[in-house]
Amino acid sequence: MKTSVVIVGGGPAGLAAAVSCYDAGVKDILILERDNCLGGILNQCIHNGFGLHTFKEELTGPEYAARYVAMAAEREIPYKLNTMVLNIEPQADGTKLVTAVNTEGLMEITAEAVVLAMGCRERPRGALNIPGFRPAGIYSAGTAQRFVNIDGVMPGKRVVILGSGDIGLIMARRMTLEGAKVLAVAELMPYSGGLKRNIVQCLNDYDIPLKLSTTVTKIHGQKHLTGVTLQKVDERRRPIPGTEEYYDCDTLLLSCGLLPENELSSQAGVQLSPVTSGPVVTSSLETSVPGVFACGNVLHVHDLVDYVSAEASTAGKHAAEYVCNPDHTEARKLRLRTEGGARYTVPVYAEPEKMEPQLKVYFRVGDVYKNAVLTVSALLPDGERKELSRKKKNVMAPGEMEQVFLKKDDLLPLPAGSEIIVKVEGNA
Amino acid sequence: MQYDVIVIGGGVIGCSIARELSRYAGKIALFEREEDVCEGTSKANSGIVHGGYDAAPGTWKAKMNVAGSKMMAALAKELDIDYKQNGSVVVAFSEDGIPHLKELLAQGVANGVEGLEILYGEDCQKLIPNLSDDVVALLNVPSGGIVCPFSLTYAMADNAAVNGVEFCFETEVTGIEKAEEGYVIATNRGTFTTRAVVNAAGVYSDVFHNMVSEKKIHITPRRGQYCLMDKVVGGLVKQTIFQLPTKLGKGVLVTPTAHGNLMIGPNAENLEDKEAVFTTAEGLEDIIRRASLSVKSLPTRQIITSFAGLRAHGDQHDFVLGEPEDAPYFFDAAAIESPGLSSAPAIGVYIAELAAEKLELAKKENFVAERHIAKAFHQMTSEERKAAIAENPAYGNIICRCETVTEAEIVDAIHRPVGAKSLDGIKRRTRTGMGRCQAGFCTPKVTEILRRELGLDYEEITKTGKGSEILDHRNKEVAGK
Repeated sequence: MKTSVVIVGGGPAGLAAAVSCYDAGVKDILILERDNCLGGILNQCIHNGFGLHTFKEELTGPEYAARYVAMAAEREIPYKLNTMVLNIEPQADGTKLVTAVNTEGLMEITAEAVVLAMGCRERPRGALNIPGFRPAGIYSAGTAQRFVNIDGVMPGKRVVILGSGDIGLIMARRMTLEGAKVLAVAELMPYSGGLKRNIVQCLNDYDIPLKLSTTVTKIHGQKHLTGVTLQKVDERRRPIPGTEEYYDCDTLLLSCGLLPENELSSQAGVQLSPVTSGPVVTSSLETSVPGVFACGNVLHVHDLVDYVSAEASTAGKHAAEYVCNPDHTEARKLRLRTEGGARYTVPVYAEPEKMEPQLKVYFRVGDVYKNAVLTVSALLPDGERKELSRKKKNVMAPGEMEQVFLKKDDLLPLPAGSEIIVKVEGNA
Repeated sequence: MQYDVIVIGGGVIGCSIARELSRYAGKIALFEREEDVCEGTSKANSGIVHGGYDAAPGTWKAKMNVAGSKMMAALAKELDIDYKQNGSVVVAFSEDGIPHLKELLAQGVANGVEGLEILYGEDCQKLIPNLSDDVVALLNVPSGGIVCPFSLTYAMADNAAVNGVEFCFETEVTGIEKAEEGYVIATNRGTFTTRAVVNAAGVYSDVFHNMVSEKKIHITPRRGQYCLMDKVVGGLVKQTIFQLPTKLGKGVLVTPTAHGNLMIGPNAENLEDKEAVFTTAEGLEDIIRRASLSVKSLPTRQIITSFAGLRAHGDQHDFVLGEPEDAPYFFDAAAIESPGLSSAPAIGVYIAELAAEKLELAKKENFVAERHIAKAFHQMTSEERKAAIAENPAYGNIICRCETVTEAEIVDAIHRPVGAKSLDGIKRRTRTGMGRCQAGFCTPKVTEILRRELGLDYEEITKTGKGSEILDHRNKEVAGK
């Protein structure tokens, strides 16, 4: 089987990539989705707050997904559900052999370009190494969300949440609305990992305490969770003796970070960033494997789906260009680096000759910065620094994805070997 | 009800004995307090088939270890067990350790272990490239292996069941009394009479032994904690790396598992609580620190889970096997700590033969020796996958994305002779949920399959038997469910 572009994943990223790829002139597309419907994780995000940027209105997750599903349907973009991609293998002739499976059989699809849009997974309890028993009653927040919102079953009645990532905050509200008592949200860091608006709307509005610099240090109950011990931590995140507090609960939800799910990418030879755990990409969102593009949470974890859609549109468009333009000679690349509080950038490389007049660069900071100054400068091969832009922000926090723009006209004259430095300074 | 033999305990030892007993004509039952086999020490150990150099010559440990590990390869073929002979090494970090390595070598030779040799200097790092540069010498034990302790236990249980052993779950033995002929066993499900009893109750084997014998034994639950790492670092080392043993056991090891993960542990903590299977911050830190000594760089960022198990350490430092003098027809397989897993096949044969001889049970003609399960989807070639899906479309439905486990395999695990009834039962039989997301994505899907196959309500789905229900109540009605 042959197709121009295979899109791995039919969530918000995959759908937006498919639509833009189609609109850029490549109509021979196949979306492969492992779940039983399109829309991805949005289907279980029944709260509102989606789409303010994209549609200028507030939608629920399923409504937001439905808009993109409709766009794909209008274009009659083919897709396969309940289909798991097992392998992506770059071929000598530049094509990619995509192996996928569903109940009809094993499929081998030869694609000119592939868009990776597999999303992310939650960091499980084991990765946090919380000591204690291993009883029933401990869920990652997203798993609980699926049970409560899709299957219609509640894991328990008395809940403690570890981690103040957005899913944890949303689930604090949801569990409360469904009749459970949420006793506390504990956060290891001295700041929340979630959006400010979620802390207000999901915790403050329901009088749910947010305990910063606090973690779970013991799990109680051999067969079923009976309680957890919360403990304060010091600046080095070590538990402080004497601060133990016992919480009688039957449910512990974990919202301790999301990890881009890149096992497929890795097998395909795609280079990954140790910071984001996502592929290292160019300004075309092309990975280190030519013709393989990445977007959405598989590339880096986003805070808003609107940004996922925007990024995925870019990826889809460039995948289409890759298919339409048979000349795949490598473009000149300028490396982006971070300094100060900035942890990473997406993309990692800018290609001045290929990029749009304006390139949006996403990044996150590693700590809360007040009175922050964000500068972008060019570091020339001779060591000279040339400031390209400077911006002040009152607060920058790890929970919010930040962005900065690079101008094509600024980058074109830079000599080969120049680097772009994204720097955040401020009071941590 | 009159039995010929009741085996107490459904761990790897009880299941091995049950399977060997099922070669004989007799009425045999296995009583297990949990809802499944492999719920105690057998589910939380190193999964190592030891070479047999460690135990003092002449001990039960030495005899059973060497005999058991020699049986393992053939047994793995006969019963479809995940087993690999990957070799193991014992490392010394200074010249001072070399005499100890030589002692182990001599002990191993005396025990009949083959292929032992000591390597020095750079030869150590040549054998294992990621070995710490601090290692100055090692004992190479090429006969060492790794086995999936779950698959070994399940296979023997399935095979025993096929051959007529009755498995009684959630059956907790509360008392054993001598009767005119044999014993009366009191349980939470009533009393049973039996001509003979086999005590394979792990950390509780002292309790049952002491019910019938005046020659008391005492078992110390000795906890070991472990961390398991992602398969992406499973290839860090090929062999199992032990440090020199101490009084408390074989020390912290670094090993690939039979399924290709990397595992470190255990420490050794003597406790009195027989249920203390929880990890501690100190314990986990300790094993990470000590395992870090063995290899160049331990990828602790790749830890996906940690767990603790209790070894049944007897005061006499050896297995307690056979009939106590004052309790005929009561057969101990007690105080089985390391190398218990390696010894399990040999202990099974030994105890079953003792019991069968005493009871004058005849060998069956129709014993089914082989037990096979369908090949795991992730191990199949493309052609095999195509054929499997064509025959059963459920092979095309991937439930566990991390370990690539299909619906067909999960359904099969539920309907085996000793089938899975819970999420953990499915996990240990098929690896569903054992990967890097630790069941985050597949739990709701497996829940649906369990409901469908076993006709259960949501509230009846458990992690591992009664008391571990994963869901509390319905919060909405969903059309079609």
